[in-house]
Amino acid sequence: MGLFDFLRSRPRGSATVATERLRIIVAQERAQSGRPDYLPLLRRELLEVIRKYVNIDPEAIEISVEREGNQDVLELSVALPEKGVAAPATDATPASDA
Amino acid sequence: MTEIIVVTSGKGGVGKTTTSASLAVGLAQRGKKVAVIDFDVGLRNLDLIMGCERRVVYDFVNVIQGECSLRQALIKDKRIDTLFILAASQTRDKDALSKEGVERVLNELADDGFDYIICDSPAGIEKGAALAMYFADRAVVVVNPEVSSVRDSDRILGLLASKTRRAERGDGAVEQHLLLTRYSPDRVAGGDMMGVEDVKDILGIEVLGVVPESSGVLTASNAGVPVILDAESAAGQAYADAVARLCGETVTMRFIDAQKKGLFARIFGS
Repeated sequence: MGLFDFLRSRPRGSATVATERLRIIVAQERAQSGRPDYLPLLRRELLEVIRKYVNIDPEAIEISVEREGNQDVLELSVALPEKGVAAPATDATPASDA
Repeated sequence: MTEIIVVTSGKGGVGKTTTSASLAVGLAQRGKKVAVIDFDVGLRNLDLIMGCERRVVYDFVNVIQGECSLRQALIKDKRIDTLFILAASQTRDKDALSKEGVERVLNELADDGFDYIICDSPAGIEKGAALAMYFADRAVVVVNPEVSSVRDSDRILGLLASKTRRAERGDGAVEQHLLLTRYSPDRVAGGDMMGVEDVKDILGIEVLGVVPESSGVLTASNAGVPVILDAESAAGQAYADAVARLCGETVTMRFIDAQKKGLFARIFGS
């Protein structure tokens, strides 16, 4: 270390960018790993079924798998639109105009 | 007690075979009985790096398919008495490997009194790589300080934690080690290469060794002499340190700091 080394800190080169990008992508991929790979398809099919009755936004379905003790729990949350165009749940008939 | 060590990485070209060869030689130099197996069916190279390519008669696939005995296929190293090489098949495809077949060969080696079995994994995450890691007790994940290699390594770490015999049986995790290769301390100091600590933090596992970028690696592979046998080269010394750590010794990391320049070089540039 030279006498004047304190004047220049470690240069912020491309390695810093690499480290930051990797931190993010690795965290993201770790969160996804272990999740069943059928989730995206399940989400799409559920969306189709629900849309027969309620016109919901594609983004309104959230699916996640949480581990509770020895059990995997499938959590499903569907946000219904405020002004529902919902058909009555009891005598639900698939919309004929669909 | 036989220990099975997989040398893996996900990404190709990072130094898996160079590492497998040097770890195998290093362990054998310590008097251990070592077998090193090439799992890269169709693209064999361990034989070249070990310098025994002209002595391959039978290979791993021949043994698995019962076309020869294990003893016939094991190539005894000419330098070290306790080191044996099992070459991959160059003509078959990866489907020639089966879990049962691999297990049978590993069991036979264990019965034969081998202390270590080094499994040199192919790149990727397909069958060959999956089988190379499946029976492992420990894993050496070879990584270059570069974005794609680090990301692929993380994927491999995930597979080691889920797709191995230990994981499936709940026998405790496969012990994971990082080995950084092609490391350039000067570029790290200049801010253009991720450092050991950066890679270690991102992946979250211990570092077994850091092998600097060294001309000795190419010279060694040209000659078919594992680089650990070149005691003059920095890479050879770094591998020897890694072997010592693998055996539980505490060795200070070398070759991770940029070389200090003299006053003259500082003034007039490098």
